[in-house]
Parts: sequence; C-alpha cells; structure tokens
Amino acid sequence: MKGKKQSGMTFIVKTITNLIIGFMMVFGAYVVLYGHITPGGGFPGGVMIALAYILITLAYGRKVVESMVSGVAGSVGDDIGALAIIILGFIGLWIGGTFLFNFLPKGTPFELFSAGHIIIYNLAIMLKVGMSLYIVFLALAILQRVVVTRNENEEN
Amino acid sequence: MNEIIILHLLLVFMIIGAFVTVEIKNMLSAVISIGAVGFALSMMFLFLGAPDIAITQVIVEILSLILLIRATVNVDNVAIEEKGESVFSNRTALIFVGIILVFAWIAFHSLPSFGEPLMRVSRFYLIHGLREVGATNFVTSVILDFRAYDTYGEAMVLFVSISGAFAILRRWKREQDKDFLRIDREH
Amino acid sequence: MTLYFLNFVLLIIGLYALVFKRHIVKKILGVAIMEYAVNLFLILLGFRKSGVPPILMKDMDMATFIRTAVDPLPQALVLTSIVIGLGTLALMVAMAIRLYERYGTFDMDEIKRLRG
Repeated sequence: MKGKKQSGMTFIVKTITNLIIGFMMVFGAYVVLYGHITPGGGFPGGVMIALAYILITLAYGRKVVESMVSGVAGSVGDDIGALAIIILGFIGLWIGGTFLFNFLPKGTPFELFSAGHIIIYNLAIMLKVGMSLYIVFLALAILQRVVVTRNENEEN
Repeated sequence: MNEIIILHLLLVFMIIGAFVTVEIKNMLSAVISIGAVGFALSMMFLFLGAPDIAITQVIVEILSLILLIRATVNVDNVAIEEKGESVFSNRTALIFVGIILVFAWIAFHSLPSFGEPLMRVSRFYLIHGLREVGATNFVTSVILDFRAYDTYGEAMVLFVSISGAFAILRRWKREQDKDFLRIDREH
Repeated sequence: MTLYFLNFVLLIIGLYALVFKRHIVKKILGVAIMEYAVNLFLILLGFRKSGVPPILMKDMDMATFIRTAVDPLPQALVLTSIVIGLGTLALMVAMAIRLYERYGTFDMDEIKRLRG
C-alpha cells in the first residue's frame, strides 16, 4: 500500500534542522561582520551561510529550498558580490589614487565600524562565496534519485 | 616542549591517515579518512597559532567532504583493482623517492631554524598596521588592506572555477542520446 | 626540522596517489593531500616558539605583542590558498561526474583507450 510520498529526510532530521538553522545563520553573520576584530572574515562566514542552505536542501528537498532562494537569485547574488568588489576598487581609485584604496575613516580600535572599508569588503566576499557554492551544490543535484539504465544501442 | 611533541604526533597521525586514504579499496572509506586528515590539519593550525586558518580549514573541509561523497555514492563504491603493469616499476619509484628525500633533508637545513621566523616584511605590517588600518586582526588587515590585490585575484579565480563547473555540468538536449548511461531523474 | 621533513613525506604520498592510481577520485584525493602539505609548510615557516596569534586583545602591550607575535604574512597567503583549493576541487569533481556519465567508468586507462 502506498502512503503519501515524503520528500527529504526523516522527521528527526527535519526537527533538528529547524532548531539549528537560525543559529548557523547568525553565527555566520557574526563571523563576517566582526572579521576585523576576531578571527574569521568574509571567506569562512560565506561558506557557513552556504552550508546552512545546503542543510535545508538535504533535509527538506530541492523544491523547498528553491522557493526560498532560487537558482537564478543565487546566480544574481554571486554576480552582485563580484561586481561590488570591482566597483569599490574603482571608487578607491577615484578618491585615493590607487586601486582598492582604503577610503573610509578609521575610527577607534575594537569598534564595529573601525578599519575603513574592510567591513564592506567582507560583506561582498560573503555574498560572492556563499551564493556561488550554493548554486554549485544545486547543480550537482545531490538529491535526485538516479535510476541508471544502460543504453543498449551502444554495445558495439 | 609539550607543543612540539603534540605537533609531531598530529603530523604522524596525518601521514598514517593519508596512507590509509591512498591504499584502501573502498572509495567511501577513502573519503572518510581524508576527512580525518583535514580535521587533524585544522588542529595543527590551532596549535601553530593560526586561529583564522583553523576556522577556514574546518569549514572548507566539511564542504569538500560533501562534494566528494556526491562523486562516489551514487555509483559502485569499490575502487578498481590495479592489474597489469604500470609504466615505472615499483623498484624504480622507490629509488627516485629515496633520492628526493635525501636531497630534501639537505635542503631543509638551509631554512631558518624552526621557531624563529625572519619576519622582515611582517615587522612593517605589525608596527604600522594599527595606525594605518585600524583593525586589530592583523591577518585581515594584511589580506584586505596591505595586500588587497591578492584577495581580488582570489575572488576572480573562485568566480572562474565555479563558472567552469557550471559549464561542465550543463547538458544539452541532443547530447543525452550519446551518453553511455541514460539517467532518469525523479524528485 | 623533522617537522619539515615529515611534511615533505606527506607531499610525496599525495604525489604517489596522483601518479600511480587509476581511479579518478583517488587522483583527486591525492591532489587534496598535496594541498594540505603545501599549506602546512607555509604555516610552519611562520611559527614562533611560545608566540601569540597575531590578533590584538584589549589588554595587550603593543611592544611585547610585536616581539612575540606569530608571522601574519604566511597566514594571509594560506587563507587565499585554502579557498582556491575548494574551487579547484569543485571543478575536478564536476569533471569526474561528467566523465562517468559519458564513459561509464572511473578507470583512467579505460577512458584513455575508448575514443569519442
């Protein structure tokens, strides 16, 4: 007898995913935003946010996560991140005379908004790294059940 | 002195783990043991005074494990038996490896002794970093202010490699008949 | 000194897996082991015995910090290298999957023999 088809994984995995997703995203945002005070920065934080979306994909299935952030939105986010780095570099060239010049004011140390343009660069890198790893994972299609049938015409 | 002993033990563990990865026949076991090597490497980075790198290595290791398991799980897990002769025999390979290791031992004596780095350029970054950049994490101030070109190049390399992975995984309509395996997908 | 030598042995194990194994995923694992060895070598170069990580805390004196900090420059290079290693691993895995779908095997000798 056939029941309703369940997508994704068991109920235990879904419950734990519900509890843990918020923590992962907040911790990833903390690692990115405070990258100039504590260890971390744009790269680990971006990969953490991508891993949060990958966890939703593994637990709930592709359709649920594509209704949250679709493949097109991920690709656009990737491009926006790469363009933001280049545009900020050119703004630095226009203001300071060298490409990627640090043009924002440097406040007092140990504050959130010290260190010039480092925080904006960390956000751009987080967008770029997170979105690109997320769309590569969607393209690898880890959840589709592969039914392999050999093509008999190609025996010779 | 304790630290140096811990570093030696972790590095011996990594060598044993790498040897297990290379020689084991089941592919899923090989992927799991390279995960163990990666986590031991992250612990070594923590003992070597690099917490930034330890965080990045753990996160990247998790993502690499997911990608590698995708490549090995849907298909048969057993590695292919090495049959037939290879181009170089085993004895020649061992002789060459022995010569390389002898020369490496001689070459490593000309490095500065372990634990006393030269730090000619980094002294400038440490002295002027707080006043010119204002960040208290000196690794971030090096990669995003003093050497921002390298980070810019890295973002572009990541962009190109992910676009390349996309271009490879895309399939055209008429190529589906030429594939050896016809894959039916269901959600 | 022996740490540099053991690290070189790790590199040789990765090179052995890349050259002498026939399964494509074993070759990819060999490349990953070589990347670990190279990153570890760079961090080993910058280590200072009984040193502090290069992150300034609130109650640290600047002069002692400069005298006892670990080298921050190899750490910046290795951060770049680890993330680029992830990108190349994604590309290699995509190529391996595509080769399997096209030829039906992971064996490099078989793939070299079948043409087209």
